[in-house]
Amino acid sequence: MSVSPIVSVRDLTVTFKGPPDVHAVNGVSFDLAPGEVLGILGESGSGKSVTLKTLLRLLPEKRTTIGGTISVAGQDVVALQGRALADYRGRVASMVFQDPALALDPVFTVGQQISEAVIRHEGVSKAEARKRALEMLERVRIPSPARRLDAYPHEMSGGMRQRAMIALALACRPKLLLADEPTTALDATVQIQILLLLRELQRDFGMSVIFVTHDIGAAVEVSDRLAVMYAGKFVETGGVRDILRDPRHPYTRGLLAANLHGAEKGTRLEAIPGAPPALHEAPTSCSFAPRCRHAEERCHHALPPVVPLGEARNVRCILAEAARQDA
Amino acid sequence: MLFYLVKRVLYTLPVAFGVSIVCFMLVHIAPGDPLTSVLPPDASAQLQQEMRRLYGFDRPYYEQFLRWFGRALQGDLGTSIATGRSVTSELVKAMGNTLILAAFATMIGFVLGGLFGFVAGYFRNSFIDRFASLLSVIGVSVPHYWLGMVLVIIFSAQLGWLPATGAGPGGSSDWAWDWAHLKHVVLPAITMSVIPMGIVARTIRALVADILSQEFVGGLRAKGLLDLGVFKHVVKNAAPTALAVMGLQFGYLLGGSILIETVFSWPGTGFLLGNAIFQRDLPLLQGTILVLAMFFVVLNLIVDLVQSAIDPRIQRS
Ligand SMILES: Nc1ncnc2c1ncn2[C@@H]1O[C@H](COP(=O)(O)OP(=O)(O)OP(=O)(O)O)[C@@H](O)[C@H]1O
Ligand code: SF4
Ligand SMILES: [Mg+2]
Repeated sequence: MSVSPIVSVRDLTVTFKGPPDVHAVNGVSFDLAPGEVLGILGESGSGKSVTLKTLLRLLPEKRTTIGGTISVAGQDVVALQGRALADYRGRVASMVFQDPALALDPVFTVGQQISEAVIRHEGVSKAEARKRALEMLERVRIPSPARRLDAYPHEMSGGMRQRAMIALALACRPKLLLADEPTTALDATVQIQILLLLRELQRDFGMSVIFVTHDIGAAVEVSDRLAVMYAGKFVETGGVRDILRDPRHPYTRGLLAANLHGAEKGTRLEAIPGAPPALHEAPTSCSFAPRCRHAEERCHHALPPVVPLGEARNVRCILAEAARQDA
Repeated sequence: MLFYLVKRVLYTLPVAFGVSIVCFMLVHIAPGDPLTSVLPPDASAQLQQEMRRLYGFDRPYYEQFLRWFGRALQGDLGTSIATGRSVTSELVKAMGNTLILAAFATMIGFVLGGLFGFVAGYFRNSFIDRFASLLSVIGVSVPHYWLGMVLVIIFSAQLGWLPATGAGPGGSSDWAWDWAHLKHVVLPAITMSVIPMGIVARTIRALVADILSQEFVGGLRAKGLLDLGVFKHVVKNAAPTALAVMGLQFGYLLGGSILIETVFSWPGTGFLLGNAIFQRDLPLLQGTILVLAMFFVVLNLIVDLVQSAIDPRIQRS
């Protein structure tokens, strides 16, 4: 990669203090170039949301231990505190939540909620901020935006609320947008509109996006690269096409097989037999081994290696290692 | 909004009518003849008859009620048997005094309760939270007449800083906005504020904790708001409920202060009601109960309207 990355994450671990402790993220590393879209796929509980929240430092401070390094636009995110952290949130990186009905304050108008962020980060006047809010509502194509400025979240439909949420997240032109299942709470037809909107805004603003989803179709639609997450690790990363054409990790294969062959778009990723492990201890062997058809003795005793296969393509599995040696 | 307002006001009318029937009946359900307390024990049967006719007690209940109700609508609640003055004028004066006491007590209770509640909700399970919770439990459970007497013993009897009884110098019951009168209200108001303080503190603590656990608070932090900015949102989310609780507490204080007003001889409605009961002063009793009940009806109406004006979610339902 020639351009220097906007996001650089190394050996990220996130542990929630118990009892029992939960090792939600167990060594995640990746880079993201400016303007690049990374889709994170994985079944429920694999640590997708925790990874995103960590990038914005939204986890409960006291109960959370973060290890490794996160650098976003040159800032050491793990070390950010107080005002510097608040300056970073919403301006450098911001977030679109899964359910906009819950993520917006019910007793403030949409216009107020957007203006507030603009005033906070840019110190402009109220009138100026309101103008920006209006601009943003136009930008996300909310019908009659001037009227919607003074609407409360409950007065809008789900799709419109999510548009408003996106307008809010992008109001201060962040370099990085974190989207945690931004369409899961919406109707199927609206989902596609929101995905297209996100893709369009991402291109217009040239921002990087990390997009978490259960929906492989959606991930393919908007992403340049994919990361498949399992038990707090990225088990396979690579370009969308490479992974679709040639998945290497048994878990990725299971996912794709379960979802691409005859499965409806939008179904959840749960078709692989077995359940993900409890995360009460940091893994010391392949977390997928209990569910893996190819598991060998050593898979149960040691962590599988991270095998690099070409540019920005990594697989955590002994099979990939063997394949590389064959080649 | 206007439609909601009109609808809500119209709803109130049948409630008010029902309440006035109950008020009228309650007094008649009580045993004994209201006249026995004013007539000499050896009054002749003929005199009793005469008095009964004079006060209209010989008419059927519905007629008595309609007559009473019709006059009440015009602001005439009859004449106090004990004092011979009009019930309305007695009530107006007492209501003014109770209002003053209740207003001070609510103010103290709301400010302190709000403060404790917010701090406790923000720092839940911390030392401060436990301390604030302890205070509010004490506030709700301490018998307030006892607290009143303790305050009187300390600040009036021992230290001599504040007067123990009455609403003004020389036992006057006419209020004025000067220190000579204000210092009479200090002790009863503090005594009275203890209960609303405890209730407001507990409500706000639970409210704040609940608001802080909602997802949108994460959303506020995610857009970079500082603590003060988040606080603003918490306050606005808490305000409708907090105001409703304050309004209701104010209402309770307007009605239920017989004990405190008696301890401090504060010439308010509670004191008046107490006297009316002990003296079996029927018109005064009916009038006082009616007015207090109407207070609650109107109070609920106001609380509702204010709440819906503040909270955008309530209006359209
Ligand atoms: N605040 C928290 N405290 C304790 N444990 C948590 C917390 N947040 C998440 N976890 C745990 O961390 C693990 C990963 O959760 P996460 O929310 O990241 O999953 P996910 O991949 O986003 O799943 P889903 O697809 O259901 O959203 C889960 O076991 C979850 O229970
Ligand atoms: S490392 Fe072993 S157990 Fe893990 S996915 Fe590869 S083959 Fe399966
Ligand atoms: Mg999630």
